[in-house]
Amino acid sequence: MSKYTHFILISWAIFAFSCNSNHRHVENLMIKGSDTEVNLALTLAETYMATDPNISIAVTGGGSGAGIAALINGKTSIANASRPMKAEEIDLAHLQGVNPVATVLGMDAIAIVVHPQCPIQNLSLQQLGAIYRGDIQNWKDLGGADEAISLYGRQSNSGTFVYFRDSIVRAEYSTQVKQMNGTAQIVEAIKHDVQGIGYVGIGYILDKNGAQSKGVKVLAISRSAQSTAYMPTELKNIDSGLYPIVRPLFQYTNGKPTGRLQLYLKYCLSPEGQALVKQNGYFPVSEIYWQQNEQALNRKHAKATLH
Amino acid sequence: MQKRHFIDIAIKWLFFGAAATSVMVLLGIFGMLLFNGVKAFAHISLAEFFFSSNWNPSAYGKPSYGILAMLTSTFLVTLGAMLLAVPLGVGAATYLAQVATEKTRLILKPVIELLAAIPSVVVGFIGIVMVGPFIARVFGLSNGLTALNGAILLAVMSLPTIITVAEDAIRSVPNSFKEASYSLGANQWTTLIKVVLPAAYSGIIAAIILGMGRAIGETMTVLMATGNALAMPRGFFDPVRTMTATIAIELGEVPYGTTHYYSLFAVGALLFLISLVVNLLAENLAGRYRYKL
Repeated sequence: MSKYTHFILISWAIFAFSCNSNHRHVENLMIKGSDTEVNLALTLAETYMATDPNISIAVTGGGSGAGIAALINGKTSIANASRPMKAEEIDLAHLQGVNPVATVLGMDAIAIVVHPQCPIQNLSLQQLGAIYRGDIQNWKDLGGADEAISLYGRQSNSGTFVYFRDSIVRAEYSTQVKQMNGTAQIVEAIKHDVQGIGYVGIGYILDKNGAQSKGVKVLAISRSAQSTAYMPTELKNIDSGLYPIVRPLFQYTNGKPTGRLQLYLKYCLSPEGQALVKQNGYFPVSEIYWQQNEQALNRKHAKATLH
Repeated sequence: MQKRHFIDIAIKWLFFGAAATSVMVLLGIFGMLLFNGVKAFAHISLAEFFFSSNWNPSAYGKPSYGILAMLTSTFLVTLGAMLLAVPLGVGAATYLAQVATEKTRLILKPVIELLAAIPSVVVGFIGIVMVGPFIARVFGLSNGLTALNGAILLAVMSLPTIITVAEDAIRSVPNSFKEASYSLGANQWTTLIKVVLPAAYSGIIAAIILGMGRAIGETMTVLMATGNALAMPRGFFDPVRTMTATIAIELGEVPYGTTHYYSLFAVGALLFLISLVVNLLAENLAGRYRYKL
């Protein structure tokens, strides 16, 4: 008996000791939220972890809503969100003693994709809204074949779902929209559906070299029926603000970030971090958000939100 | 003597504890679902919940909480799955139990049981990339993310349950029944239809109900393969969003303690009640036929 007792005691002691020595140095960060941002966040986290052995960053997706809910419920250090927090969410956060502070990680253009056989080349924002409201239900109204439009979108926990609804649809979505379980599934579905249309973050369409993925066609979008339509696949259209569906990607923290969390967020905004943002198919933070990022990371009194 | 007595009592209580635990867990889960679910009705009227087909808790405008469309969706997908799986499953079970040689059976049975080992997310993926496009081509639809897709996948998933339980039931019919039938001059087919299957009726019903339970409760597969559109489905060729998919999609994003949160528990409680009623009905039905025999 005593032999085994010793063995167990010793191994337990070794285990406890090794746990203890690990925990003294390594800081664990949790990042949760937007599926649009998840690949980018993973790349950033992995690169940063390689430079700092005392930090361990776990990145999970689940959608902006899920990330924000986790931040409110105190279950994540950073909530990635591809949309600003709603007023109710901020109220709820304050109620739970959480003070959300946002930094902008990069910019994302939302691309509108159709099947390669679709004859349409461009749409205006009004047409796009009408399609997703269910007001335009047939491709022939847009100059296409006499076929019903098959709508694809994300689920309500997606920031892209909310952003697209609030800034393009500006009403309830048509109940005919098929709610897909992730951006990759929208792309997969459109590849097979001649009558399909879907919205996806540009990061899913462009690879590291800026080449467009095959099997889907990206539409050019114009602000109004009269103005010129622009492709989201060209960087200059995003930088100059000509492509009309561009949104900031947020990282929310509870209160002003401190310690390693702050170091990590600063790394994301460093030239190296922003290069990774670009490599992942997104766009560097626009000028208007730099000052606000500065405020969140450096100044004494951070604003609760920034849009 | 004293020690033996003590061990006897201890073992008895141990097993009682094991049996009681599952009952307690069941009651606990139901209590929790009901307790949280009821809170939803502080803000939602019962009429809206049960008779409106408009479910949109995170709406642009006013949120709505009608479950009729997803109730119909769950019903539609389950019905379709059973229409496919019951003839296939009972047929396969009959073959395995009565017709197949021992050698064939020893090969087929493990293979069928292996079907149950496929993770539901894999089945869902197959639904997206293979079954869906196949349905679209055969029926001339623009896409295959429909109730039919879900029904086919769920049928496949409930087959192992149905086959295994039904086969056991058919095999447990005493040989004397068959021998009596043969001695009266009946052939194999008549014996099967008139004697063996009626005698195994209760077990076959149990098999179907268990398979149905699998279909009603399955989440990941339908979530991936049925399109999840909120509109009321008009048939098997429309996309559907089932009750399980709704809970799975929305529970992750919902902040604790909101009406939306409680309404998802209400949906869960209803799902639980449906399974309970189906099971009770099955028990009742199976029991009645057993006495008739």
